[in-house]
Amino acid sequence: MSQTSTPTVPVLSVKNLTTSFLVDGDWKSVVRNVSFDVMPGETVAIVGESGSGKSVTSLSIMRLLASNTSRIEGEVMLNGRDLLSISEKDMRGVRGNEASMIFQEPMTSLNPIFTIGRQISEVLTRHKGMSKQEARAETVRLLEKVRIPNAQSRFDEYPHQFSGGMRQRVMIAMALASKPKLLIADEPTTALDVTIQGQILDLIKVLQEEEGMSVLFITHDMGVVAEIADRTIVMFRGDEVETGPTEEIFHCGKHPYTRALLSAVPKLGSMQNHAWPTRFPVVDMKTGLAVEPIEVAGTVEKGRTPVLSVKNLVTRFPIRSGLLSRQTGSVHAVENVSFDLFQGETLALVGESGCGKSTTGRSIMRLVDPTGGDISLDGYDVLRLDQVSLRNMRKSVQMIFQDPFSSLNPRMTVGSAISEPFIKHRLGTVKQAREKTADLLEKVGLSADMAKRYPHEFSGGQRQRIAIARALALDPKVIVADESVSALDVSIKAQVCNLLLDLQQSLNLSFLFISHDMAVVERVSHRVAVMYLGEIVEIGPRAAVFDNPQHPYTKKLMAAVPVPDPARRGIRRGISNDELKSPVRGMDYRPPVREYREVSDGHVVQVA
Amino acid sequence: MTAIEQTAPIAKPRQKSRGWRKMRANRGSMVGMVIIAFFAILAIAAPILPIADPIATSWSALRKAPSAAHWLGTDDLGRDILSRMIWGARASLMAGVVSVAIAVAIGVPFGLLSGYFGGWVDQVIQRVTEALLAMPFLITAIALAAFLGPSLTNAMIAIGLSAMPVFVRLTRGQVLAVKTEDYVEGARSIGLNHVDIMTRYILPNVFAPIIVQATLTVATAIIAEASLSFLGLGQQAPAPSWGSMLNTAKNFLSQAPWMAMWPGIAIFLVVIGFNLLGDGLRDALDPREA
Repeated sequence: MSQTSTPTVPVLSVKNLTTSFLVDGDWKSVVRNVSFDVMPGETVAIVGESGSGKSVTSLSIMRLLASNTSRIEGEVMLNGRDLLSISEKDMRGVRGNEASMIFQEPMTSLNPIFTIGRQISEVLTRHKGMSKQEARAETVRLLEKVRIPNAQSRFDEYPHQFSGGMRQRVMIAMALASKPKLLIADEPTTALDVTIQGQILDLIKVLQEEEGMSVLFITHDMGVVAEIADRTIVMFRGDEVETGPTEEIFHCGKHPYTRALLSAVPKLGSMQNHAWPTRFPVVDMKTGLAVEPIEVAGTVEKGRTPVLSVKNLVTRFPIRSGLLSRQTGSVHAVENVSFDLFQGETLALVGESGCGKSTTGRSIMRLVDPTGGDISLDGYDVLRLDQVSLRNMRKSVQMIFQDPFSSLNPRMTVGSAISEPFIKHRLGTVKQAREKTADLLEKVGLSADMAKRYPHEFSGGQRQRIAIARALALDPKVIVADESVSALDVSIKAQVCNLLLDLQQSLNLSFLFISHDMAVVERVSHRVAVMYLGEIVEIGPRAAVFDNPQHPYTKKLMAAVPVPDPARRGIRRGISNDELKSPVRGMDYRPPVREYREVSDGHVVQVA
Repeated sequence: MTAIEQTAPIAKPRQKSRGWRKMRANRGSMVGMVIIAFFAILAIAAPILPIADPIATSWSALRKAPSAAHWLGTDDLGRDILSRMIWGARASLMAGVVSVAIAVAIGVPFGLLSGYFGGWVDQVIQRVTEALLAMPFLITAIALAAFLGPSLTNAMIAIGLSAMPVFVRLTRGQVLAVKTEDYVEGARSIGLNHVDIMTRYILPNVFAPIIVQATLTVATAIIAEASLSFLGLGQQAPAPSWGSMLNTAKNFLSQAPWMAMWPGIAIFLVVIGFNLLGDGLRDALDPREA
């Protein structure tokens, strides 16, 4: 990994890179005066939040921006050649040859109509002038190199036959095909599940050692940075605010923004001395000083009847195929899930994609119709309600969605979006609705005069606050928060989590907090339920589950979470290429009868 | 409780009648609006304008080229083309706008129902729509007009019904895309009924392509009215419409090209006008466009 002992010529040397975009006739700079070197065999991470210019930097280096609306100034030296002065034709010879790039979205970066093998061997026949047979042999070798099982037989398969993690491996194989000196990885693990992310990070580290290439790694995730980077560049709104060895950045970052960014990152294991969910420290973005949150009282009223009680919930989606669209199987999205949620409590549902956590939330909301089981919510028998009582039930439970950019109607003002539930449920006059809206906006940290504006005028974090205000308009007892902070930048994520905790304090809300992010879950929840393939495999008080995980899957999940501590950089999880299992079953599938063991008070784990 | 860190909105506050301001700023849509307004005013003011009787024939002025007496020339029966153009604008604009209004008024609700509810509602509406689409637009219009009886009103109904299936299809497709958005699910989760969700959440978000399609269809409808008039199913002779004038003119293309030129130019301008206006409307009505 560190082959930087002898001072050599950098593979990539960027000096005073400034990129501007043409916006409404004006040149607006989005990256200003960025300079850095990448040495042979070194990994350099560019880290920053959305809008920091980190992706634009990488695209500028590869000259992948539209030439008529962008302007790149400065110097980009790759292997001693200035990429900004060579012709577009020569540049094509550089891309995918001397420097390769992998992107965030493995689902869309492969051409769906060609086989995997053809797409990789094309790089070889084009850049290396290999014959078809040679290219095929080399492609199989590459697929084996990125640890794709049965590489030989998967050569002729199409992208849709591969999972997300496997596709990212294919992308890496393609990037490695021409043995580049430099690999630019633009958020390569962001779209992947956490256990798959761990595998891909390990793979990149191992391949780097084997091939001796340099890596420029673009990410927003401080945990990933700590794990992979030798040196780190922190970017903020187009400026390079700090550069240095990763240890230095993490332990004695000088710039206030660096410190603010780091203290906003949720860290797994940081909650060991706290009994209740605790606010994130509030960081002053100018001084970088963090104000540690004060301990708050517990909000849970145990012993009384739970506000939400789910028993043996089953939700399956039929799969139909053939000419007569006969049912050939089912997606067993939720299998036999039971839990209670008390007033003032936060129960987190964690798991990876396809584990059924969102479907559980949507079943409780009756946004999907469950196949069986019982849900009792604030006195309502949720699964047996007629249309009218279902509408009334919605006063007791509300939902906050993941993507604040799609969860608000773009054609409706913020004010009418928030007051709408109040008016439609006839809870008061229009005047009262307006007062309520103003009150709610203040409560979520916005101002009342923003009611007349449209959602697109707000940032992602602000929109999520609006969505929260709307969910609160009916004074619900339970809020289902489906990945509600996952799409937000770290500093905003901390703010929104703090808001949710404050609201729980003042309104005694119960949250069903659905998330894949273990570190956030540890911070905000009272109890945790781990879901795997539609079932809860482990449930218990937060401290019990995090300090003493029992189920193998829980352990695996926790081990995969990147921790923002550069001391863990040497960590290898052991190259594995397990994939997430699919919950699709045939018609004759009978779910096995599960047994559970009580580890400690309220901490239950599935044993068989 | 102290509020969380206050943050300012990222965009400037919205101004009053922003849609109109945006329309004003869009030069193309203003040109379109001026063109349409010009013809619309002429059509409305036709009875009070000092122009010749559009149906008065004159055997001494057959197929005369444009002159001081007849600014746009005369036709094969010696009628003043300027006068006929102005009176004809009434029929043509009416045919275009009213028949599209009929198509939208019927097509959009059916498309909305079809896309929103799915299932057998969707199946029935789609099979009927496909059957209608299988017949050529003009043939359907002719058959319907013949069935309803010859008059301008019936021609408009016939054209509207024939143009309707396109709007069913278009609306349904848009609804299917918008239906999966989180905000629609959010509307369900706050307990709104189907009518509220369809009218307040889905319809406003599918309207942009419908408006564009409607302006394009106005052009088609004007030409369809011309064809029906030619067959005697639209505007009844001797009352003028641009379409019927164009159809007569085609017999005299070499002797009296102005007969075809004026209605041709007028149809062209109105079609361009509606297209420009449609583009401008689409941008102006979208709150996301600054």
